[in-house]
Parts: sequence; structure tokens; C-alpha cells
Amino acid sequence: MNTTTATAPASPIAADWRDFYALTKPGVMKLVVFTGLAGMLAAPAQLHPVLAFTAILCIALAHGAAATLNQWYESDIDALMKRTANRPLPAGRMDRETALHFGVGLGVFSVLLMGLATNWLAAAILATAILFYVLVYTVWLKRRTPQNIVIGGAAGAFPPLIGWAAATGDVAALPLLLFALIFLWTPPHFWALSLFVNADYARAGVPMMTVVAGPRATRRRIMLYSLAMAAVAVAPWALGLTGALYGLTAIVLSAVFLALAAGVLANRSDRPAHMKPEKRLFLFSILYLFALFGAVALDAWLPGMLAA
Amino acid sequence: MTPEEEDIYRRKQKSRALAMAIGLGVLVVLFYLITIAKIGVAG
Repeated sequence: MNTTTATAPASPIAADWRDFYALTKPGVMKLVVFTGLAGMLAAPAQLHPVLAFTAILCIALAHGAAATLNQWYESDIDALMKRTANRPLPAGRMDRETALHFGVGLGVFSVLLMGLATNWLAAAILATAILFYVLVYTVWLKRRTPQNIVIGGAAGAFPPLIGWAAATGDVAALPLLLFALIFLWTPPHFWALSLFVNADYARAGVPMMTVVAGPRATRRRIMLYSLAMAAVAVAPWALGLTGALYGLTAIVLSAVFLALAAGVLANRSDRPAHMKPEKRLFLFSILYLFALFGAVALDAWLPGMLAA
Repeated sequence: MTPEEEDIYRRKQKSRALAMAIGLGVLVVLFYLITIAKIGVAG
């Protein structure tokens, strides 16, 4: 990519395939792929297995493209934070141009493949998700406002909508509620993390809520968003869009989420060493989303499997 | 570049080329399967 010449150039930069893989943020990708798959499985229409696999692959590739372009744009602030300083660009293992080409290429390819393999509505939502994450979140909001992850969270909320659209060719109330669920889950999830890595964000000059408004105001907002998120989590069952399995899972896990958020609200410490409630909420929030989306998919499939 | 650095550079270049070749091979198989699936769905 950055060189195809017969002799090695003067620049020592030669990224290995592992660096390209690292650019795609594979850790976060698991959740993106899982929520996309759950949206697809919850849909009333079934895709051919090869096309379903391709749709999920496209969601994964699009996530990789957005993550790569995010790191291409943010390599300066990534270099200032302990958590991100060892990424391929700030660590100097790859040049920026290579990352840009990789990100744009992967993004265009994922959208075209989605359109050709499934339908163009799913491809259009996929393109919107990439552009939203890169242009609205990374370029526009992240360095300007503490509401960055509130609005930017929408980018991560698209996968269930894309999975559903790939299977059915349209958008309905259930995938929209799943979109709203991830959208409202993102602030408590990220603010819990930013409370205990606050020094990193402050050093990089990123206006996270914890840096601008302080821990106390952030903890209050975590509680408020958790309440709204719990209401949306239960809504698919209350509206009769899912069965009792999902309803029970949503009620029990949302109650635990709210209890942990209350623990965060009660904590008064500013020191990361004393932020056990925040760490607990952060870790549980990941399990919460996995379990809820697993329940959505199981709820749609279980009656058919039991009847067979 | 020292001979050691050039050696590392070459090894990384080779691993990338291999990863690219595997990726392209997987895509050929995937496009074949998508075509079969699409023809099957249309039929």
C-alpha cells in the first residue's frame, strides 16, 4: 500500500497486517456485529445464509472503516492519551496516508457490497452510519462540545437498524426502539469510563462531560440517561413487539443497571482508585447490551424452534 | 536503513502481501457464493 518498489525506501514505516487489524478496533467490533446480527434475527423475514453472512461482514467492515478514519483524524490526540498512545498511527508504525486509503477503501467497499448482496436501503443506512461517525462525531463534535458522545452515540446505534433493513428491505418500530436503546445506553457507558480515565481526556484537551462539567454533574447525567434507557429497553415488550423472554430480561437487567447507576450517583470521590462503582457500571453496561440483544434474537426464534 | 531494519521491513511487507492475497482469495469465493445465492433467490 505505502510502497511497492523493489528496493526498501528510506522511511522505516512498514505497517504489518496486525496494524491494519488494530485500526479497525476489533474489540468494539464484537458488540457492533452482535447488535447487527440481533436486529437481523429479530426481523420477520429471513435472508439466505450466505447473504446474511455478507450483510454482517459489511457491518463489520464498515465499523472497521469508521474506526480507521477516526484514528486517522485523531492521531494527534491519541498520542497524548495513555489508553491510545500505542495505536498504529501515534506509535509511528503506519503513515497517515496509508490509514486514510485503507479507511476510505474499506468504507466504499462495504457499502457497495451491502447494496449488491442485500438491498440499497441497508447500504444507505450503512453509509449514513460511517459518515455520521466520521464527520458528525469525530470531525465536528468530539473536540467542540461535551455533548459529543450523546449525539455521536447515534453512530453506534445503527447496526440493529441495518441488520433489520438487510433482511426486510424496510424499517419498523422494533429496530427503531433498538436504535434508541443503544443511543441512550451510550452516554452512561462512556461517561462511566471517562470518570475513571478523566486525566487522559483532560491532558488531550477533549471536552468530555467529566472534564467540562465535573464528576458530580456527570454522575447526575448518568442517572438521568439510565432512567430514559431503562424505559426504552422495556418498551418493545410493553408495546407487544417482543415476547415475555425479552420483557423479563429487560426488566431484571435494567433494574440492575439502575441500581449500579445509583451507586455511581452516590459516589463522591474524584480519584480513579476510588471509582469502583463507575468501573462496575462500565463493565456491566457491556454485558447488559449483549444480554438484551441476545434476548431480542432468542425471543424471535425460540417459538419457532420449540414448535419444530 | 541498517541490514537488520531492512530485514524487518521486508518481513512486514511480505506478511502484508500474504494477508492481501488471502483476503482476495476469500473475496473470490464470497462473490461466487453470493452469485449462486442471488440466482437461487431469484429462481
